[in-house]
Amino acid sequence: METIIQGKAYVLGKNIDTDQIIPAEHLVYSLSDPEEVKLYGKYALSGVPLEQGGLPEGNIPFVSEGSFESEFTIIIAGPNFGCGSSREHAPFALKVAGAKAIIAESYARIFYRNCVDGGFVIPYETAEKLNQIISTGDELKIDVEANTIENLTTNATWTLNPLGSVFNIVQAGGIFAYARQENLMAQS
Amino acid sequence: MAQTITQKILAKAANRKFVDAGESVWLDVDILLTHDVCGPPTFDIFRQEFGPDAKVWNPEKVVVLPDHYIFTANEHAHRNIDLLRQFAKEQGLGNYYDVGTDRYKGVCHVALAEEGFNLPGTVLFGTDSHTCTSGAFGMFGSGIGNTDAAFILGTGKLWEKVPESMLFTFDGEMPEYLTAKDLILQILGDITTDGATYRALEFDGAAVFSLPMEERMTLTNMAIEAGGMNGIIAADAVTEAYVKSKSQKPYEIFNSDPDASYHSKYRYNVRELEPVVAQPHSPDNRATVRSVQGTKITKSYIGSCTGGKLTDFVMAAKILKGQKVTVQTNIVPATVKVASELETERYDGQTLRQIFEDAGCSIALPSCAACLGGPADTVGRSVDNDIVVSTTNRNFPGRMGSKHAGVYLASPLTAAASAITGKLTDPRDFL
Repeated sequence: METIIQGKAYVLGKNIDTDQIIPAEHLVYSLSDPEEVKLYGKYALSGVPLEQGGLPEGNIPFVSEGSFESEFTIIIAGPNFGCGSSREHAPFALKVAGAKAIIAESYARIFYRNCVDGGFVIPYETAEKLNQIISTGDELKIDVEANTIENLTTNATWTLNPLGSVFNIVQAGGIFAYARQENLMAQS
Repeated sequence: MAQTITQKILAKAANRKFVDAGESVWLDVDILLTHDVCGPPTFDIFRQEFGPDAKVWNPEKVVVLPDHYIFTANEHAHRNIDLLRQFAKEQGLGNYYDVGTDRYKGVCHVALAEEGFNLPGTVLFGTDSHTCTSGAFGMFGSGIGNTDAAFILGTGKLWEKVPESMLFTFDGEMPEYLTAKDLILQILGDITTDGATYRALEFDGAAVFSLPMEERMTLTNMAIEAGGMNGIIAADAVTEAYVKSKSQKPYEIFNSDPDASYHSKYRYNVRELEPVVAQPHSPDNRATVRSVQGTKITKSYIGSCTGGKLTDFVMAAKILKGQKVTVQTNIVPATVKVASELETERYDGQTLRQIFEDAGCSIALPSCAACLGGPADTVGRSVDNDIVVSTTNRNFPGRMGSKHAGVYLASPLTAAASAITGKLTDPRDFL
């Protein structure tokens, strides 16, 4: 697990549901075929209405036209990120596009579990309304051990909520790696 | 120690006498459900993590119900069905309901009930957020992702954080213009789409227990729309009669202790409630139908796990009998069984199918269809700037297809009344 995550911010609003993260029509592609997997990167966050993507200006797509990867590494959002469907294709798509962490005020349960147990992206929570302070394109640096996020563009630093009981699963890289490490799968 | 019904069921599955809200426990899973969208990637993870020759922990406890992308020319969707079929064969899964055969059922949450997989006191996980529907049977049902499902496939176990419960009590006798959909949309407007995140929604009160199982399923189905881990209604005589007609398997009835502790309690008198809609683009954007009546619509859609059951169509038929629709109206039965009941169930001397056909509705084959948009050739999919009134459960941007469309979630009574006028219409105008 990386101890420093650095990259550009992509800022969104509240209640970003899984249909906005990966629209249902794209759920037919394989999650194991390397060529088809790229399509999840291409369509990541493509369901967000254009004016609501890349705040505060808006009209900035997460993945630019014709590309399979995003220039943005850290997603900043309001409350209830990932609400809606159980599709694990959602955090998978964000990972394929190149996202490494999300910082939101809160998450929907299934999306949060999927991020952690699948080892896709780190779902951080913060009490600050960072999506109203940080701008899309700002250069951010997350210190995983210190639980801080620094905005290198504006020289501001905030504290992230500790990952708590899921930290060990995140650190192991997912539920299977964690279960092996803890000898949980041997019990079955 | 006093416990809620959800705590008691999870305690049993954790082989404990008591579990406390907030603690994480390992549960023994009774049933794992999957379908054509999440089954193939789940099986991939299972093989990758447990080995290419691994066997599922218990083939009788795995239920595979393809339902999402069935009647489409999309070749990737067809490939997903092939992958389900292949895995079911390799693993000897008797509870696989293949497309194109007389075993095909349709929408998984309704089929689980019809096929007797919903048993009071049990724990059911599924790779679909609306797995909470099964909670109508006094059991724990909750949605999970592919990785968690693959873990269950190999081990029969999953960790879960015991939820706090929120209690919703509905007193009074249900008026004929009010439905379970109005009750849950009422709640969503009050607590919002993250008002129950990581919690249980427990439904109680005379009005709830007066409802048939199908209507109870509409209530629990949309627990996830408030972020809930599960929705639950204790089993009663109605539940037992339904369950016994479908299954000979043993079950155990749990009830919340009178002094169990709740995160919060809400109480409603159904006589004071009105037909409501959730306006675009969120299930919590509630308005009374009266306050938005006259809003022009371009489509009416009656279908899905939450709005495509027999009781939903009986309600729609009451309104549509002898009327003509003025906008495209799609009738999408959840399952093959519901579809066949449209032929046999009568209202005022006519079959439901005849009523819908005479009114000018299109009747589609049973599947999830346009509830979640789906491939471009999906029946009822929203296009361009469609304004849809729909009995489904989500109306986030793009949910039913077009990003530019607006969806009003409503009861089958309201969807039917609005189909006739071409405008949002309170069903009391037709009752």
